[in-house]
Amino acid sequence: MKKIYLDYAATTPLDPEVIKVMNLGMKKYFGNPSSVHSFGQEARKVLEDGRKTVAFYLDCESDEVIFTSGGSESDNLAICGLIEALPKAGHLPHIITSEFEHHAVLDTVRELVKNGQAEATFIKPTGSGLITPESIKMAVKKNTVLVSIIYVNNEIGTVQPIREIGKLIEVENKKRSKDQKIYFHTDAVQAAEFFELGVRYLHVDLLTFTAHKIYGPKGTGVLFVKRGTPIRRQIIGGAQEFRKRAGTENVIGVLGLSRALGRIIEEKADKRSGRQNKLLSELSETKETCRLRTLRDHLIDEILKIIPKSRLNGDRFRRSPANANISFENAEGESILLNLDLLGIAASSGSACTSGSLLPSHVLLSIGLPPEIAHGSIRFTLGRQTTVADIDYLIEVLPKIVSKVRKMSPFNED
Amino acid sequence: MIYSKEVMKHFKSPKNLGEIKKPDGVGTVGNPRCGDVMKLYIQVGVRENLGKKEEYVKDIKFQTLGCGAAIACSSMTTELVKGKSLSEALKISNKKITAALGELPPAKYHCSILSEEAIKAAIKDYLNKKNAKN
Repeated sequence: MKKIYLDYAATTPLDPEVIKVMNLGMKKYFGNPSSVHSFGQEARKVLEDGRKTVAFYLDCESDEVIFTSGGSESDNLAICGLIEALPKAGHLPHIITSEFEHHAVLDTVRELVKNGQAEATFIKPTGSGLITPESIKMAVKKNTVLVSIIYVNNEIGTVQPIREIGKLIEVENKKRSKDQKIYFHTDAVQAAEFFELGVRYLHVDLLTFTAHKIYGPKGTGVLFVKRGTPIRRQIIGGAQEFRKRAGTENVIGVLGLSRALGRIIEEKADKRSGRQNKLLSELSETKETCRLRTLRDHLIDEILKIIPKSRLNGDRFRRSPANANISFENAEGESILLNLDLLGIAASSGSACTSGSLLPSHVLLSIGLPPEIAHGSIRFTLGRQTTVADIDYLIEVLPKIVSKVRKMSPFNED
Repeated sequence: MIYSKEVMKHFKSPKNLGEIKKPDGVGTVGNPRCGDVMKLYIQVGVRENLGKKEEYVKDIKFQTLGCGAAIACSSMTTELVKGKSLSEALKISNKKITAALGELPPAKYHCSILSEEAIKAAIKDYLNKKNAKN
């Protein structure tokens, strides 16, 4: 049976070149980068070369790149690290975030609120899954110290106006004294491949991304920390990562991340002839982005046309080229997933049943979907190995599966 | 796959799926807001057992909106109670349903509880209707 992987937002397979360099690197670079001898210094070079590659991609300085174990750790470090590093004021610091953040942000902020370390405003996205800059502006208070907004939503793929929000915060900061500055964090995990990650362009102080969503290895992530941003390390020990993250560095992970990023840089660079070290994806869309968007549109158009009582979740246009999230009335998501899996197709669902709780996806609820519809939602995310034939096969079998599942339901109308 | 072979067997080919047109009892439990709704239909027959007349589940069908475990639990429940006397059928527990399926992931235990509630509701519905007639 042919296997079709449509869950790239969960994780991506490793790029063959990444596997190659990591395999070679594992034998060669086992030294501890903190050691003075040649073994250590060779590993140090790998680490620092990787840092330079990341810095190039993020359009920042090397000492602004902190390697972590992944997206969740980066989010935790950004939020807890900032709040704990700020000088204690007479009042609680205020955080603005959204209702549809990844749990690594949402639950971290909730934890700070629960522990009495911060207060928070959770912005409700619009029905099409967008956070408007105005809604951020309205939420700003005198004691606001941090805004954290997800760049591309991991479930519905909608793209947030990070640059506009960043500029707005800068304007707000001009009115404030330095010790009242509002810092801006974005979780860019799902944006890293397709969208502009230049931190100066985005006007962000903190940015999270991770290797395993861009064909790199699991266990390696990045937090960009703009110079001058206070951060208290969350893992205590040695002086690694500019004293912002202790622990012997994951040299081979960084090597893999660096190669994975290198591939994306090469592809984006092809398109930017005449531009100096700028990778503005708004100006130069890669071939892969165009290819995926075409496939995704084909998938969305056909499914919505063929399957009655189906709807697309999230804005039709302001979304990741790789994401299609569709709800089917009177059909439970996990049942659809299992049936797809029996045919070799891998996707994911916003139903409660896949998460182990009785509540469906907080993302789908935040954009106003009734729980009974949210339970019947499937996320298809496309990637490098997705072909037209894969999508055509999905379009062929999905209507049959949904109809089969609906026939089993007590609300079956046939 | 997150499920045991037995669960997947019932998920792929559910037993007693559908509805009974003129059922003697119906039990509907769950809520679409929670993602699971089970509806059991029963037809009750009378037979001789050790010289006494007893009522039994002559036929049973189910319809379920829900996850793999909800469908497998519904199917297994119909298998377990079909042909059983009403008093035996009332003794069915979620533990028996789970055991018959091999195992269920802990997050799915509520599906077996829902199935137990559904059969009890269907029998209760039958008994209520019968009492109303008498």
